[in-house]
Amino acid sequence: MSNSNAAAAKPHVLPDGLFVMVWVALLVLTAITVGGSVFFPGKIGILVAMIVTPIKAALILMYFMHLKYEKAGFVAMFLVAVGILSIFIGLTFFDYLLR
Amino acid sequence: MSSESAHAIDQAIDQAPGHVVHADPEAGKTGMWLFLFTELLLFGGLFLIYGVYRSMHEGAFHHAAAELNVAMGVTNTIVLLTSSLTMVMAVSSLQRNQAKRSLGFLTATLALSATFLVIKYFEWSAKHHHGIFPGMDHLHELPHGEGLFFNLYFMMTGLHGVHVVIGMIVMLVVLAKIRSGAVHGGSYGILEYTGLYWHLVDLIWIFLLPLFYLTT
Repeated sequence: MSNSNAAAAKPHVLPDGLFVMVWVALLVLTAITVGGSVFFPGKIGILVAMIVTPIKAALILMYFMHLKYEKAGFVAMFLVAVGILSIFIGLTFFDYLLR
Repeated sequence: MSSESAHAIDQAIDQAPGHVVHADPEAGKTGMWLFLFTELLLFGGLFLIYGVYRSMHEGAFHHAAAELNVAMGVTNTIVLLTSSLTMVMAVSSLQRNQAKRSLGFLTATLALSATFLVIKYFEWSAKHHHGIFPGMDHLHELPHGEGLFFNLYFMMTGLHGVHVVIGMIVMLVVLAKIRSGAVHGGSYGILEYTGLYWHLVDLIWIFLLPLFYLTT
């Protein structure tokens, strides 16, 4: 049998405790984002959200979506997709902000 | 031998205990991720529209965002984050051959998704009550920037809501398949892909929260 079948027979399963920890971290980070916007409305609140939200996204991608433990090819594919999106957004903003 | 009886034999072999199904989990996962990238670009385009209009109508966006119910938005975030946890536990349970536990977590995920939609319904009804809903006169009479904000709000949370509904339908199908034994500890791909999709739906909501509810 091929390697892929062996992989199917013995999947890489993360412990439940790790998932619960990630979930708690996500809730704490949500509280920080909300707290930032309530107690420091305006620039600081937005800055907090802009820093914390990508961290939350990374936690979901790495642990819940298992990306941290996939082969490098998956991560490369993901970075290409995010890279294309960044180029889209970056170039559009260059256009609109420098008009 | 007719193709039908050959098919029946194939099926019998596939369901025989100890038989390894000829599926390539890595190919399936690759396909699912490729689909998720198209979703990323779909919502990415909308985030871009939001970003450009917000930079052009900063004051109006802040003013309009104050109308949204922060408590409901945050509650829904907690509901979705928790549903992501129960979903990932459903997958890991089945991977450990604990089908019953997996079914329990999947049912919990469905219940949480339904909760999300119910909260969303009350939120949208309240907006509708105040005349803020696509197609209503009051929305058209608002200043240009505020109208843009609310149209983007309904478009983006609406498209996200459609994704939640589709996710629930897929979850129901997977639930039935686990019950019937078609999806089990040795062949759990469809549950894993459903999980990936659900986490992406959660991921998109995480960005919607600060953009719409926390911009005041």
